Amino acid sequence: MMTLKKRRRIQVIVLAFVALGIATVLIGYALQDGINYFRSPTQVTEAPPPPTEKFRIGGLVTENSIRTVGDASVAFSVTDGNATVPVVYVGMLPDLFEEGQGMIGLGSLVNGTFQATEILAKHDENYMPAEVIEALEAQGVYQGGRQETEIGAGNDS
Amino acid sequence: MIPEIGQFALTLALMTAVVQGILPIWGAARNNAVWMRSATPTAALQCILIAIAFGALMRSFVVSDFTVVNVVENSHSLKPMLFKVAGTWGSHEGSLLLWTLILAVFGAAVALLGQNIPTSLKARTLSVQAWISTGFLSFMLFTSNPFDRIFPAPLDGNDLNPLLQDVGLAMHPPLLYIGYVGFSIVFSFAVAALIEGRVDPAWARWVRPWTLAAWVALTGGIALGSWWAYYELGWGGWWFWDPVENVSFMPWLLGTALLHSAVVTEKRGAFKSWTILLAILTFSLSLLGTFIVRSGLLTSVHAFAVDPERGAYILGLLVLSIGGSLTLYAIRAPKMDPGGLFAPVSREGGLLINNLLLALATATVLFGTLYPLFLEAITGDKISVGPPFFNASFIPIMLPLVIVMGVGPFLSWKRADLPGVFDRLKWVIFITLISLLVVWYMQTKGPALAVLAMAIAVWLLLATLREWSLRIKLGQVSFSESRDRLRRVPRSSHGMTLAHAGLAVCIFGFVGSSAWKSEEVLFVEPGTQIEIAGFDVTFEGTERVQGPNYVAAVGVLRVMRNGRDVTVLRPERRTYPVAQSQTTEAAIRSTPAGDLYASITEPANEDATGKWTLRILYEPLVGLVWLGSLMLVLGGLTSLTDRRLRVGSPKRKTPVATAPIAGE
Repeated sequence: MMTLKKRRRIQVIVLAFVALGIATVLIGYALQDGINYFRSPTQVTEAPPPPTEKFRIGGLVTENSIRTVGDASVAFSVTDGNATVPVVYVGMLPDLFEEGQGMIGLGSLVNGTFQATEILAKHDENYMPAEVIEALEAQGVYQGGRQETEIGAGNDS
Repeated sequence: MIPEIGQFALTLALMTAVVQGILPIWGAARNNAVWMRSATPTAALQCILIAIAFGALMRSFVVSDFTVVNVVENSHSLKPMLFKVAGTWGSHEGSLLLWTLILAVFGAAVALLGQNIPTSLKARTLSVQAWISTGFLSFMLFTSNPFDRIFPAPLDGNDLNPLLQDVGLAMHPPLLYIGYVGFSIVFSFAVAALIEGRVDPAWARWVRPWTLAAWVALTGGIALGSWWAYYELGWGGWWFWDPVENVSFMPWLLGTALLHSAVVTEKRGAFKSWTILLAILTFSLSLLGTFIVRSGLLTSVHAFAVDPERGAYILGLLVLSIGGSLTLYAIRAPKMDPGGLFAPVSREGGLLINNLLLALATATVLFGTLYPLFLEAITGDKISVGPPFFNASFIPIMLPLVIVMGVGPFLSWKRADLPGVFDRLKWVIFITLISLLVVWYMQTKGPALAVLAMAIAVWLLLATLREWSLRIKLGQVSFSESRDRLRRVPRSSHGMTLAHAGLAVCIFGFVGSSAWKSEEVLFVEPGTQIEIAGFDVTFEGTERVQGPNYVAAVGVLRVMRNGRDVTVLRPERRTYPVAQSQTTEAAIRSTPAGDLYASITEPANEDATGKWTLRILYEPLVGLVWLGSLMLVLGGLTSLTDRRLRVGSPKRKTPVATAPIAGE
């Protein structure tokens, strides 16, 4: 009886480890194309990633840069004060997307233009994406101020 | 004056919680019945005091008392009343207060409803509950006081974000919190059982209704949140694998595992230590979820640096509660009786696979959610983990689970006859294979995984219905006898059928709307025609509509199919002049077959005057996502009404007074 009990217990433990192994393999496999790095316009200009890589870019939408292209695309550029990268996007811009405001885009760099598949703007009036703040701070453009409330990211400048 | 009453009540509640956290559990250790019984009045008093504090804060919001900082930051005199009320829990401080209130309500419910729970277990449970309460109340009073005043008071509040003024969103946090906090009771029961050193089937029965109630609320909360995202955000998606969504999904996954493992503990006395571990981990994930979302930690690890006091307190609370309970578990669990033996193919075996896969699925979601934080803290690299990660890791774990779900309810306890089960399922297998071929034939585009998932959902639905019909012997005996059996089958078993079928329905929705959706985005002028998913859509222009506190441009889209009028869609673009913001109100035509979903915005620059950006989607079967969620909730509620599960109904068979660890 005892041995059967023990055997069952070992079986369960082996099963758990097999499952854990499978999950680890799945996670490793999923990590290959499931993660996206964040890059500032300066980083993108200095070391352009290959067109196969999906990454996120963030910064301020350059003033007077928004144009419509063709029958569905929007073009604008994103800046961190030092470098500027042109962006093309097919789709609807979020409600809080404006010139001079923070944005984050997901997509890839093709021939020097960032082709976005997704655009996020700051998601309320007080909040600027933390990555954008840091990218701007790195270029000395951003001086804290009105972003402290609510989430409070980045007022340590 | 009123805010001060709230503040005072909160302080008194903290005192009460401290007493409740010490006296009853001490009494249980010394076998002092009076001390043990003090748990009931203190739990009730604590609940009343926190309710007074919550009421005081709500009043400040309702009358727009701008001497309170929290009201200034999160309300505005022009907000509609419903959203003033909802503003009470809209902020960090307010939501903590709501959290604590629900915690206290649950504690009081156990104190007053759990008449049959042995005094010592009840005393210990309520003391543990009070420790959690103490942690939250002190966190609130020392770092996040909702009643802080401001002088001079500003003329009006800051917040009027129209996007967040939505009934779905107002109701979403309370439901989610009832779910999160409901697991606190299960946690307290688990820790109390560890201290007491015994877990038996009766314990599992006391815990089950609370688990179920929490699970139902959490399911409802998640479904409501995804529904809000679907119709309000204008993107047409219902799940984004956003960290904020993930932290509510993880307790759900683990809570589901807990629900199933508690059944084994209740019926067979096995899986005891595993059930306890799940109870601890589920609540730990709930805590993590609350704090992670509320601290802003997810946006960046640097959010911690902004408010080190709060951050340190949060970390301390997490370490204390999670670390403490796990340490206690490590000491006590090995001494627990492992319970009944079972063959690999048995109900226990099936539920073991259920638990294993759900735990793994939770682990992958946890990894994907926290990995960016760890990476940023260690290397400074900023990454995000997107849907491709979760699709590649989570779905392959869930599909086998759904296959096993079809068979599980057929298996008998201890040792099951697998060939016999497959014999009863042969028609189901046959129809599933046919439907696999049919879906494959009909669907030329879309991934192969989607076809497979569809067939698996068919399998689950049919197998569930088959099990139900066998249970009531539908077609085997006379109809009236079947009806009689229908009434005699325990409610919990009907609940299971409903919930399992609900998941199958959900999967139809998940797959249909994500794998086979059609989408068009383009600039339109009056007269522009688009063809999408067999519909001919004509943009006829926009109309100006004056709303109560906004002006809207309403797009008029005439939808025809095969030359016949189907409907007119009227997506809106609203401008709120006071708040200086705009929102998109999607127009949705829902049918069981799928939703036609349209939204419009102005192009972002002036050289395209007269043009609009139109986004139009056809999402097949998307309505089933919420129908299935509703079935899950109803299944849980049905199960909750089971007579055998009524709170506190079962009595422990063996005396409790001296309860040594039931070792081998």
